[in-house]
Amino acid sequence: MVKFVKISRQAVEHVALLARLELSEQEIGTYTEQLNTILDYAAILEKLDTSEVQPTAHAVPLHNVLREDEVRVSMPQEKVLQNAPDAENGFFRVPKIV
Amino acid sequence: MAWSDTYEMVCGVETHVELATKSKIFCGCTTEFGGEQNTHVCAVCSGLPGVLPVLNKEVVNLAIKAGLALNGEIAEFSKFDRKNYYYPDLPKNYQTSQYDLPICKNGWLEITVDGAKKRIGITRAHMEEDAGKLVHSGETITSSDESYVDYNRTGVPLLEIVSEPDLRSIAEVVAYLEQLVQILDYTQVSDCRLEQGSVRFDINVSLRPKGTSDLGTRTETKNLNSFASVRHCMEYETERQAEVLDAGDKVVQETRTWDEGKGITISLRSKEEAHDYRYFPEPDLVPLVIERSWVEEIRRTLPELPTERRMRYESLGLSEYDAGVLTSSRALADFFDEALSRYADAKILTNWVMGEFLRLLKANQQSVLDSPISPVQLAELLELIDKGSISGKIAKGVLEDMYATGKDAALIIKEKGLGQISDEAALAEIVEQVIAAHPQSVEDYRAGKERAIGFLVGQIMKATKGQANPSLVNKLLKEKLS
Ligand SMILES: [Zn+2]
Repeated sequence: MVKFVKISRQAVEHVALLARLELSEQEIGTYTEQLNTILDYAAILEKLDTSEVQPTAHAVPLHNVLREDEVRVSMPQEKVLQNAPDAENGFFRVPKIV
Repeated sequence: MAWSDTYEMVCGVETHVELATKSKIFCGCTTEFGGEQNTHVCAVCSGLPGVLPVLNKEVVNLAIKAGLALNGEIAEFSKFDRKNYYYPDLPKNYQTSQYDLPICKNGWLEITVDGAKKRIGITRAHMEEDAGKLVHSGETITSSDESYVDYNRTGVPLLEIVSEPDLRSIAEVVAYLEQLVQILDYTQVSDCRLEQGSVRFDINVSLRPKGTSDLGTRTETKNLNSFASVRHCMEYETERQAEVLDAGDKVVQETRTWDEGKGITISLRSKEEAHDYRYFPEPDLVPLVIERSWVEEIRRTLPELPTERRMRYESLGLSEYDAGVLTSSRALADFFDEALSRYADAKILTNWVMGEFLRLLKANQQSVLDSPISPVQLAELLELIDKGSISGKIAKGVLEDMYATGKDAALIIKEKGLGQISDEAALAEIVEQVIAAHPQSVEDYRAGKERAIGFLVGQIMKATKGQANPSLVNKLLKEKLS
């Protein structure tokens, strides 16, 4: 049985960076503890014998849900841009990227 | 000293190909190129909450077709995954792609460089969605204070084709890309309009000391969209890496971008860990089970591929070079084949297609598909030469008129009175007049100066505005002078 690796503070900082979350020192501590609690709970599943079970790709037992290659009407431009924080001339406008 | 004296290059290429469907991969928005910004966008491809993507069946068909043409194994079970990263051209903050169960694996294609054949492995090909397009306020992304986003391209289906790191020279890389694009063009999996960005290349390259087998540290230069820019970019990047290694420094593993204007690659290194994509199975799409009958059905639709076609042309007696040019695009090879079905002399046809026909297309900056001359019309022109109705020289002018007007050769010859004079009695009269007018040349010829006959032929051609049948002129002259 595999034992879950404990989530470290560094792991929380890393995930926060990837998710663009700014966390205080105190929050990093809180989330490290909470994430470990969640993983410990999920570790109960490790008690099951899955050696004969195929990996699950999807929770719903369906496959090949496909549509025909047909063009449908898109949204008007003003609706596409309706929720844009900033737009100009039909484009979304975004701050400096790199 | 060139770097290639000291180092060996190791290169692999990721090629992104836009598949030739009418609608996007997971929604009904059109895939048409261009269009006003943000008008080919809906709730699904802009990633609004609560929407469900549905896979376009034609994307799977085309991916299987490409996989078969690249000698790959088509998966029996395949699924989609989310590739997570933040970038403004990606409205959902993840790209729906395929991670561990791609639709195709273990393919290959064959290239020929300097007469040597080499098999290049294709690790995998997977389906994914394209991202949107960024327009930068400055000249380049790094010098821009802000950027503008158009999501029309978001969700256009892509096939990402990943090669093995089997390529050892820039010539091999270009040959691989040319061969790959030809196969995609022949199978009509993509429209292959490189200038519109429908095929884009990411080049992974590293150097290692000659004679060693460990891989050096590589860089990846993204989004090249022409063979010429791949060549220039690689010339620069290999030189740059060689200088770093020569100085005893280490190459930094990073993503770079090619600045076409300056002719250099620029680091896109960022402090954030960009390559931690945290793939996980896409919960909004169910897996694919691909029955072998589906694969076989598609295999039956595979056309004759470029290599097979080149071999067929060579078996007709064409040179390797000619066969290579004729098969460089499916449209040109199809044109040739259609003309060939009407006019059987492959060598004469090749000369006309590769000479005058391609010259006219180039002069008019048109592609074979835009040609105003049909293959049948070209074949008819060549038949008229063979029948002696016109000379080869006149035929070149007729072909130009055909290109300009779209008219048949026979009609142009009739309208312009270009028909060759093959009437022996009519020609004999002109021959006699010319002989009478040039006694000196006649005397020279009879005195053994063979060359004098050329002058007389020239005079007869002049008198007939080039329409005299040359072999008949020669025959008549010799008869009358002997
Ligand atoms: Zn859409």
